[in-house]
Amino acid sequence: MSDLTITVPRPPLPGFTLPLTAVLGAIFGFVAGNVYGQPWIGALGGAAVGVVIAYLAHAMSHKRTATRWGIIAVLALAGLLAGGLGAALSGVIIGAVMSWFAYWLDSGDYRKNVPIYYSAGQTLWYNSFLFICGLVFFFLIAPLLPVMWLSFNAEDFFTFTPEMLNFQAEGYSLKHYRNFLGTEEWMTPLKNSLIIAPFATFISVSLGTLAAIGLSQSHVPGRQAIMAVLISPMIVPLIISATGMFFFYAPLGNWLEANLGLSQNFVGYVKVILAHAALGVPFVIITVTATLVGFDRSLTRAAANMGADPITTFFRVQMPLILPGVISGGLFAFITSFDEVVVVLFVGSAQQQTLPWQMFTGLREQISPTILAAATILVTVSILLLATVELLRRRSERLRGLSPG
Amino acid sequence: MSDATQTGPVLAADGSPLKRSLARTLRRQKLRALLLISPLLVFVLVTFIVPIVSMLFRSVENQIVAHTLPQTVEALQDWNPDAGEPPSEAVFEALYFDMFKAAEAKRHTQVGNRLNYEQPGLSSMFRGTGRDLDDIGEEFEDVFVGIDPAFKTSEFWFELLSGEGGESFLDDRRALYAAMLGESMRGDVGFLPSAEMVSLLPATSAAYTDFAIWTAIEKEDVVAEERPWEAVYAGLGVDLRSPEVVAEIGSYSGPGADILKAAVASRDQLPQASFQEMFAESDEDWLDVEGWRTMSLYSPDYTTGYFLNSVDLQKTIDGVEARPETQQIYIKLFIRTLYMSLIITGACILLGYPVAWILANLPLRTANVLMILVLLPFWTSLLVRTSAWKVLLQQQGVINEILVWLGFVADDGRLVLMNNATGTIIAMTHILLPFMILPLYSVMKTIPPSYLRAAKSLGATNWTAFWRVYFPQSVPGIGAGSILVFILAIGYYITPEIVGGTDGVFISNRIAYHISSSLNWGLAAALGTILLLVVLALYWLYDQIVGIDNVKLGG
Repeated sequence: MSDLTITVPRPPLPGFTLPLTAVLGAIFGFVAGNVYGQPWIGALGGAAVGVVIAYLAHAMSHKRTATRWGIIAVLALAGLLAGGLGAALSGVIIGAVMSWFAYWLDSGDYRKNVPIYYSAGQTLWYNSFLFICGLVFFFLIAPLLPVMWLSFNAEDFFTFTPEMLNFQAEGYSLKHYRNFLGTEEWMTPLKNSLIIAPFATFISVSLGTLAAIGLSQSHVPGRQAIMAVLISPMIVPLIISATGMFFFYAPLGNWLEANLGLSQNFVGYVKVILAHAALGVPFVIITVTATLVGFDRSLTRAAANMGADPITTFFRVQMPLILPGVISGGLFAFITSFDEVVVVLFVGSAQQQTLPWQMFTGLREQISPTILAAATILVTVSILLLATVELLRRRSERLRGLSPG
Repeated sequence: MSDATQTGPVLAADGSPLKRSLARTLRRQKLRALLLISPLLVFVLVTFIVPIVSMLFRSVENQIVAHTLPQTVEALQDWNPDAGEPPSEAVFEALYFDMFKAAEAKRHTQVGNRLNYEQPGLSSMFRGTGRDLDDIGEEFEDVFVGIDPAFKTSEFWFELLSGEGGESFLDDRRALYAAMLGESMRGDVGFLPSAEMVSLLPATSAAYTDFAIWTAIEKEDVVAEERPWEAVYAGLGVDLRSPEVVAEIGSYSGPGADILKAAVASRDQLPQASFQEMFAESDEDWLDVEGWRTMSLYSPDYTTGYFLNSVDLQKTIDGVEARPETQQIYIKLFIRTLYMSLIITGACILLGYPVAWILANLPLRTANVLMILVLLPFWTSLLVRTSAWKVLLQQQGVINEILVWLGFVADDGRLVLMNNATGTIIAMTHILLPFMILPLYSVMKTIPPSYLRAAKSLGATNWTAFWRVYFPQSVPGIGAGSILVFILAIGYYITPEIVGGTDGVFISNRIAYHISSSLNWGLAAALGTILLLVVLALYWLYDQIVGIDNVKLGG
């Protein structure tokens, strides 16, 4: 690469940065003014603030960080004087966004990621496109945040209290977490979930891994049809699986109780575990076959060549290499069972009530913020699981010599 | 071949023809693959496919009527539904004995419930009359006991009716019981009907044999020591109404002959009312022709009735007809399910396309970080996401609170975002969005960015380059994602149930309602079967477009 660099010229202040920042300020001002019933006055004031910020950004271009903090502090102070802590927070956000915007425009950063030959219109489109994508990401993640915030509510409401919005300590408490961890009502379902999910996972992983190895052989008669059958639990809508299982497992359970003398409770667990294991199978099959695609078949031949029997080859050569795929398939199966509510609702009885079931009845009937505490704990667990799967995927790709992600 | 002189087939190392040796190896390989697959295949077949098939079966199965009321159904064959008359006395007679037997096993209410789905009111008719059956029998019993106290004793009946040669009769009655209860009813009854009595007193023998089977096998009592059902007295009353029976009793000389002859002599004292009148006294509606038409329509073992119901049609005596306007809900619900799933799929394309594009075109490191933002909701519990939307969308929820605080919405004019179709669409778009982004992303990864640059260097505008070059190549991704989202959407239950209210529910919510609340399982199975067919058609399409092997999870 040559050393040639093209610097984007700084855009003019009066014709570009100033009006655009003023427009953004006007929008913020309109919204803020609307709180007090004076949107248009707010818009004018906001535009004025925008002009000032744009000018500051242009004049103090070499002291970017310091100036931005200054702007944020001033707006936060203004918010605090106008409407307490909540408004101060809004001031911080508005100040951060506007000062970043002004500097972004003024320094020419807005063109940093587009080719030099892009016209103004194309640059505008590119940046709007990024903004739209940002909104979609916001849409994906944002709904989870109020749940976490509300789970610390001191009241038994599903909504924010004024104390919470003003960040007063008495508005917050851990009582919903204490309620979650301290009552039978929530601990029994959690225990049930932790009994059912591992067993279901074990069944789907052990059978699924074997079958995936079989499916990855070069000559499998009726491969397409077998695959379709094995994947079907994922495709058939849960309500239909649940309906079918409801009709099938009830007499099966009665038969087991009557003929083998098993207790009703035990049979209940067996039914739910079998049902969940069937639902988890497709995930194991998909992930393990995907891992086996990159598996070097000559390794098993080499092992056989050196005198290893098929079982030794499987456990000492093949298994360590496909282990990441097996584990992530297992995690998928686990989360499928742990998260499943429709089938357990139909197949299980009250003794097998799982955590999602309890949350579902809670959401439908009595609304207690303990659900939000449970939800927050589950989100934390899923973040951990996601991190595990991601690490395993990267490890697997490294092992297979693919590019590290 | 180095050995030019050798003719004949090529040989393997062990001397067998190479062709056969290769075929054997191939066969062994196939067998090994199948052996590895078979445990899981059997498991999935038993725990998943068989239940689904049993559901399909249940959507047409209607054996409960014919199994619980077998003699009535048979007698009803001769009835002409168009004549506008209730059925003949023979039908009511058969109904009495069938119902008595069913009521002992507490099965008559189930038939009532089954028929009630087709014609409301039949359930209470069956339930109410089920309580009066004993009284009808007791009217006969009182008279018989008045004629001779021996009629009161269990020994008399046992001696009168047991004998030899009735094995096949016993087996027939046992088979009827087994069909009704769905159990084998195997075991020693401790009673063998006498063939002579079966032909002399058919109704009495039938009622007593049923009593004997029930007593011995279900209640595990000794038949000879138990007083018979009231139905047995009614059976004798019915038999004595026939002049031929009366004539034959004259020449009968077996056990209990004298007492029987005494009963014949005083048979004028027996209740003279027909069974039709007795049923009508219990419930007027037994004379209603409509109820009998329903019973005769739903007496066959298999019915299309559930399927007709699930497309808002009904069976009538004149053929298939549309239901009354007010009862037409399922077609509307199916259309709403499809329509809302389409909207959700469209919204997912609209929101997912730009995100997938940016993920595919950013540097890998940045893209991986952003990918986490897509995967986190994907990994988060469905219930958590649904409760999040409940928190956001309700009247006192976060969105409304913010809008009110900002002054855009008056406090008394809060937006209704939940318990309607809007809520379902918003929440489900959020929940299913990752299923659109991931397939789109994996397709877009394979489109070289140089194509777009080439198009532009040839003079295409941004739009033309995108629309004529990039978009057509991303269509497989849109197809895969759309079908996946659509399949998942039309079967959704939890989210519509919680945020959908009444206007935002899907067909799956109706299925769940029929399973757990109305208990009309046949209809639930028929609705499920229709939904399953739609999904399977889409699954097939998905297989054609993407291939089942190419499903990827988590990027």
